[in-house]
Amino acid sequence: MAAMTDPATPNISITARGLVSALGHGLAATADALAAGRSGLVACDFAGQRRGFIGRVEGVESHRLPARLAAFECRNHRLAHLALDADGFAAAVGAAARRHGPGRVAVVLGTSTSGVLASEEAYRARDAASGALPDWLDFEHTHDLGALPRFVRAALGLAGPAFTVSTACASSAQAVGLGTRLIAAGIADAAVVGGADSLCGLTLAGFAALDLIAAGPCRPGDAARDGLSIGEAAGFLLLERAEAAAPDAFALLGWGASSDGYHLSAPRPDGAGAALAMRAALDAAGLAPGAIDWINLHGTGTPANDAAEDQAVFAVFADAVPASSTKAYTGHTLGAAGIVEAILATLAIEHGLVPAPLNLDRPDPSFRVPPPPAEPGRPGHAQRERPVRRVLSNSFGFGGSNCCLVLGRPDSA
Amino acid sequence: MNPARIIGVGLWGSGLPGFPPSRAVLAGQAPWAADDAPPPVPGLLPPAERRRLGTTVRLALAAAAEAVAMAGIDPRAAHNVFATSNGDGAVVHALLEELARPAPLLSPTQFHNSVHNAAAGYWTIAIGSRAPTQCIALHDATFAAGLLAAMAELADGAPVLLCAHDAPLPAPLAAKRRTETGFAAAFVLAPAQGEPAPGSLGRLSLRYEAEAAAAPFAALPPALRRLAEGNPAAQALPLLAAIASGRPARLALPYLDARLELAFEPERAVCLEAAIGAGRA
Repeated sequence: MAAMTDPATPNISITARGLVSALGHGLAATADALAAGRSGLVACDFAGQRRGFIGRVEGVESHRLPARLAAFECRNHRLAHLALDADGFAAAVGAAARRHGPGRVAVVLGTSTSGVLASEEAYRARDAASGALPDWLDFEHTHDLGALPRFVRAALGLAGPAFTVSTACASSAQAVGLGTRLIAAGIADAAVVGGADSLCGLTLAGFAALDLIAAGPCRPGDAARDGLSIGEAAGFLLLERAEAAAPDAFALLGWGASSDGYHLSAPRPDGAGAALAMRAALDAAGLAPGAIDWINLHGTGTPANDAAEDQAVFAVFADAVPASSTKAYTGHTLGAAGIVEAILATLAIEHGLVPAPLNLDRPDPSFRVPPPPAEPGRPGHAQRERPVRRVLSNSFGFGGSNCCLVLGRPDSA
Repeated sequence: MNPARIIGVGLWGSGLPGFPPSRAVLAGQAPWAADDAPPPVPGLLPPAERRRLGTTVRLALAAAAEAVAMAGIDPRAAHNVFATSNGDGAVVHALLEELARPAPLLSPTQFHNSVHNAAAGYWTIAIGSRAPTQCIALHDATFAAGLLAAMAELADGAPVLLCAHDAPLPAPLAAKRRTETGFAAAFVLAPAQGEPAPGSLGRLSLRYEAEAAAAPFAALPPALRRLAEGNPAAQALPLLAAIASGRPARLALPYLDARLELAFEPERAVCLEAAIGAGRA
């Protein structure tokens, strides 16, 4: 099954992880919440918005950036900084920079709205006479779409190539893939990949305008699902060639991307573009569909997304692989969803845990891909018939952007 | 990083209405004159969609369509890398203005048009592409970052369309982020293994150096230098000038505190005429 694998492409290992989301700060808190079946969603009370539920990260407001990074001060970068601090991620990058040289470590990050909340606040403080924005708005270092990788590169003392990937809700999944490309092309020896998206009025009011916000906590896959719950998160992976990693390190086994070429905000109803991305990811990993033990769905909880994704997954996997969404735990973290769910995939493998679907009272009877049933007496655990060794994670975005990652350990084949 | 072949090119900017009409200006053989004629309305999309397109999307579609026509490829076969610093600033401004009102009600269409990859999305919809599509941003180094991402994307073996596009932001954002006039540039890249393809304009190789570039636009005529310094997408001008001149060139683009070094080698002098002829046909 390795026919599609390019032999020149080096195996890329994950040598450090960092994550903050509504489930908590760091991997241990996140794994605890998953194992307990505990959602991070709360009733929305943010930026004047009161509709639905949100996944809000504790402690973002009180966190302050170091003085040397003060120009970057905004919610999105505070969130990112919390994730750099989590689980010794920044220290691991520092060690990699010493090994490879700071100019050989790339930074490729996804975000959909960067620090737009700073501009939202500034638009409420415009000069009444001239309409000018207040002096305190540092657009270049906050709202500008290039600000996040510049902040992370500066925070980590790196000097390698950096850029933002902004393909809406596929952003940080694509960033993981593009980071591997820079290593494969020989332009970098390591890459900090991932992304951050933080709560803001734009996305809360924008998804409300599209009538896609669920009244209660989101219910992915449920027959009565009525939309999504927005969350915020930041997550990072350090990628290096397999030689630099411990033998049991997690790896990006493959990834694939595609476009729908259909509509700017509605998915193709037949899921054909999404299926193409999943097939490309399996081909790149040299794996048959049956080698996947759990599919972490994009599963936003909107009627259209979940229905199209069921079609797409069935086209590739039939009903052979359990598939569920973790959006009811974290909320839909938009541009950060890809990296959040890639890290949740590694936690599932590490802890032998398929997170039980939350708020799934009555699975949509029209769906052909069955959700994993909850294990009696263990609220966060879905029943599983085999060990969790390889996970496929889907991320789909506005603009028709699809990206799919396959995570596991290279020796698990 | 493996070199690429450039097999198609397109652009739209003030006084630069497409590649063939701009060639003499780019090569320094004719003077530049400002002309802010809007790019042609893309025939690729249904009329209802066309009317709603903002300036930056129209710029992007015009340059992308020109580049794939010159390359003579089925555009659905290419992977797409779009690069934009500002995205659709007019849409972002309208949404920010509404959000500052007491009970904001956003337009759903404006909200989905506010995503940074809107132009990329409209391009894939217009041509019916299912190919991988990226959208890259890096402030003033957006073009250099997009070029790096596009060259890396060639690893899959498919041709890659790189389309850089940026338009000025409206007031009051304009005072925070100056962008002088709208500009878009597009390149179709192909892997450079084997013999030159008949339509090849030349070979391009890249190197990232962790030291700053000195006077990166000094070799351009003064008018083009001002364009390059006034719009992130117009940082494609030194490469466009090298292609138009048909002469080997070593260029350096600023990349944050570092630089991206470009080496351009025309494959055959006659190729340019052949390629432009094919694009016109």
